[in-house]
Amino acid sequence: MTGWSQALSRHPGAAAEAATFTGNRGLQIEEPLLFEQDSPGHCGVDLPELPTHQSRLGGLERREPIGLPGLSEPQIVRHYTRLSQKNYAIDSGLYPLGSCTMKHNPRLNEKMARLAGFADIHPLQPESTIQGALELIDTLAHWLKTLTGMPAVALSPAAGAHGELCGMMTIRAALTAQGDARKRILVPESAHGTNPATAAQCGYTIDPIPNNSRGRVDLAALKVKLGPDVAALMLTNPNTCGLFEDEILEIAAAVHAAGAFFYCDGANFNAIVGRVRPADLGIDALHLNLHKTFSTPHGGGGPGSGPVALAASLAPYAPMPWMVHDDGGLRLVEQAEGSAAKSIGRLKGFHGQMGMFVRALSYMMSHGADGLRQVAEDAVLNANYLRVRLADALSQSYPGTCMHEVLFDDRFLKDTDITTLDFAKALIDEGFHPMTMYFPLVVHGALLIEPTETESKATLDQFADAVNALAARAKGSNTAGFQAAPRLTPRRRLDETTAARKPLLRWRPELPRQEAAE
Amino acid sequence: MRYLPLTPSDRRDMLTTIGVETIDDLFADVPSAARREGLLDLPLAQGELEVERALSRMAAKNMPAGSVPFFIGGGAYRHHVPAAVDHLIQRGEFLTSYTPYQPEISQGTLQALFEFQTQVALLTGMEVANASMYDGATACAEAVAMAHRVTRRPKAILSGALHPHYRQVCETYAQFSGLQVDALEPRPGMAEELTAEIDGDTACIVVQNPDFFGSLHDWTALAARCHQTGALLVVVVNEIVSLGAVTPPGEMGADIVAAEGQSLGNALNFGGPHVGLFAAREQHVRQMPGRLVGQTTDADERRGWVLTLSTREQHIRREKATSNICTNSGLCALAFTIHLSLLGETGLTRLARLNHAKACNLADRLAHVRGVSLVNDSFFNEFTLRLPVSAAPVVEALAAKGVLGGVALSRFCPDRDDLADLLLVTATETTTDDDIDSFAAALTEVLR
Repeated sequence: MTGWSQALSRHPGAAAEAATFTGNRGLQIEEPLLFEQDSPGHCGVDLPELPTHQSRLGGLERREPIGLPGLSEPQIVRHYTRLSQKNYAIDSGLYPLGSCTMKHNPRLNEKMARLAGFADIHPLQPESTIQGALELIDTLAHWLKTLTGMPAVALSPAAGAHGELCGMMTIRAALTAQGDARKRILVPESAHGTNPATAAQCGYTIDPIPNNSRGRVDLAALKVKLGPDVAALMLTNPNTCGLFEDEILEIAAAVHAAGAFFYCDGANFNAIVGRVRPADLGIDALHLNLHKTFSTPHGGGGPGSGPVALAASLAPYAPMPWMVHDDGGLRLVEQAEGSAAKSIGRLKGFHGQMGMFVRALSYMMSHGADGLRQVAEDAVLNANYLRVRLADALSQSYPGTCMHEVLFDDRFLKDTDITTLDFAKALIDEGFHPMTMYFPLVVHGALLIEPTETESKATLDQFADAVNALAARAKGSNTAGFQAAPRLTPRRRLDETTAARKPLLRWRPELPRQEAAE
Repeated sequence: MRYLPLTPSDRRDMLTTIGVETIDDLFADVPSAARREGLLDLPLAQGELEVERALSRMAAKNMPAGSVPFFIGGGAYRHHVPAAVDHLIQRGEFLTSYTPYQPEISQGTLQALFEFQTQVALLTGMEVANASMYDGATACAEAVAMAHRVTRRPKAILSGALHPHYRQVCETYAQFSGLQVDALEPRPGMAEELTAEIDGDTACIVVQNPDFFGSLHDWTALAARCHQTGALLVVVVNEIVSLGAVTPPGEMGADIVAAEGQSLGNALNFGGPHVGLFAAREQHVRQMPGRLVGQTTDADERRGWVLTLSTREQHIRREKATSNICTNSGLCALAFTIHLSLLGETGLTRLARLNHAKACNLADRLAHVRGVSLVNDSFFNEFTLRLPVSAAPVVEALAAKGVLGGVALSRFCPDRDDLADLLLVTATETTTDDDIDSFAAALTEVLR
């Protein structure tokens, strides 16, 4: 037996021979689908008696049953509690996910968002009855404008990608208004997929800019590509390789000299918050991710919020609604007329992700100007600490100081049959969510690590020890062990190929019930 | 600072390990012209007590819907969410987990979303649903874009009875993607002649049920006409609870359903976060936007779930993606599915009937107020009243009397003088007889 297998077989949890009758494993319960637990007629909610009335549904009463299962409250609570126990979460451990900024989600934010004065108000109430909501939004806008140095902020986008769409739409509107419609967007090869997808959704063609050998945008190549038909450059700074674009002032100057706009993807704002203002870098539009830098919870995939800070040249095109101050107090402007006549229009129903605004403002007020600056410093410190602790075992793509995240590639695995994917899956058995894999595309088998500032030194040391030990074992050519990982999780590796080839996207009554695994 | 685990001695040790003198050395790549030495002009850090005090003060300046007789709808609805829902979604494993890209450690999220997709498909009468969108309005705009991809035709026709925000979002998206969007004028209480609008350039017709003014429609004939000409029918649903009592769009022949799910599991939240629902025919699944969860097996042959058909999405296809979407409305979708699981078949059906009954009683009471008449022949829990005067000042006057009595249509269509006397009013299971009495009395008083 190899060293890897021995270690695994000594581990009590790894003993796959401890079969159970139920298929359960102690605290890990095999939980069927709701539809497989139906007690027809059952209900987990007690509703009042139906008052007498004459139906006015216009003859469109539902004739067929819906097919929803009925369960009691205890069964529902147990169902979702058991499901939750199969999830990794930032509450349980580190997510070293580059570009995601998985930081701690403060519970004060949850308490504030649930105050009735914020949660139980309707967006269409008379403005006199929601002045506190407008004050909160205005306060949040003030913090975001101060942190970015930009004079305006559009708050309605529901997510980062939605914010990118907003920013690019304002750029296109501004150019069209100048009678200078342009066709091309320049996007670094290292950009997040949302950047080119957004540009395409906005009606543009995409022209990629290569990285230079230092992992930054190639300024010379950029200057060659700039021309009178380029509408904008979309840049991420710090970039997706975890590096500050040190030639950014020259980049901004070149972009502006060509009559184009400078869009910045603010996903990595955590590295510079409180220390650098995007306005001082020549940026015209920047989206922020409240669910990254500003701690609103990821919730298993959303909701997010992607406000867009705008330069004065783009502010007139901001989407509806606007918020303005006048003698009566704060007021919503919901029609694109008057001073808002150039607005690109509406991007979302109602006003924006208020629930995320409350959480983000609670976070900002808790940290303050001093705390936020400390956030950036600790984020950068933690990433560089991991950089030096992992530099010998892994292959850093661009040597030297990084910002809040550090990029490695799979050169350290080149003499093995182990891939970045295999390596990441083995990390799961060690109790860690893997780092970002295969992104950015500019290096082979990328591993992008971002610890954030809410990890202790002890956690970083434990993580570094685990990664270093795995790297050593990988170089000892223990392919089978890695390819079998993860072994200790509620499910082993899942067949994603078949899932895509034969999509099964819902439960259907005619399918046979899954037999309990044994 | 309570959220930052590093101590000053940690920081010193780590700087030493890294091999630099100060933290500023790690920011050396920032051009000196852009470095900020001092603190930005914002308040300093505050403890929980101070933050609570400041935010509570702001919250107290708002009038919560639950504190007064409340009758506002218009695309966001106040329903009673069972206590268990909020407790379950606040479990850290749900609240603080990431997108389930590592399925082995995300089966909780993935199974819940698979159940959600199934519930949405069942409710809407469609074959397949995705794992949610930002909201109903963006789901509608994405439905129009999808219809364009499927039919390769350039034009979308929007019913005049579509929620104005949904229309506006479709128009904004289309303006930049090059699609043509023709929106009919709103004509509350009058039948629309939509079939006449279809031609060889029509990718889809977008209708809403119940419509923005509250009326119910049978879209079966329109669906058939669309299909004869190769166009798709998109049906929007704002009040998802209606599907507990009303024939679903799938049964009428809809090709795509774009809906708002906020009514189940989610508070009003001043308009966000809400949760968009998106359902379609299986044959078009590869053109659907947003996340999809699929069933599969693992290395031990056990059933499990994964995100699938990712080649539609931005992280794989980049500029060729069906949409730039990167998130769904995860936690809001979870709240929806938990609430719907608690209700089940019997509960949702009963809840829907209760909403309709309350609205019927409300309509009768208000139509008896002098000068007030009901515009709708049919409705679910929302309807339009014609007042003898402009509705907007009436809404303000009612608020001053402590009644949140609906929303004036002029808020949505300020340039339509002929709609200025119309008021959109909603009842749900949370509406009491006392509330209805208060509304009727206050309205009588205001109109005197």
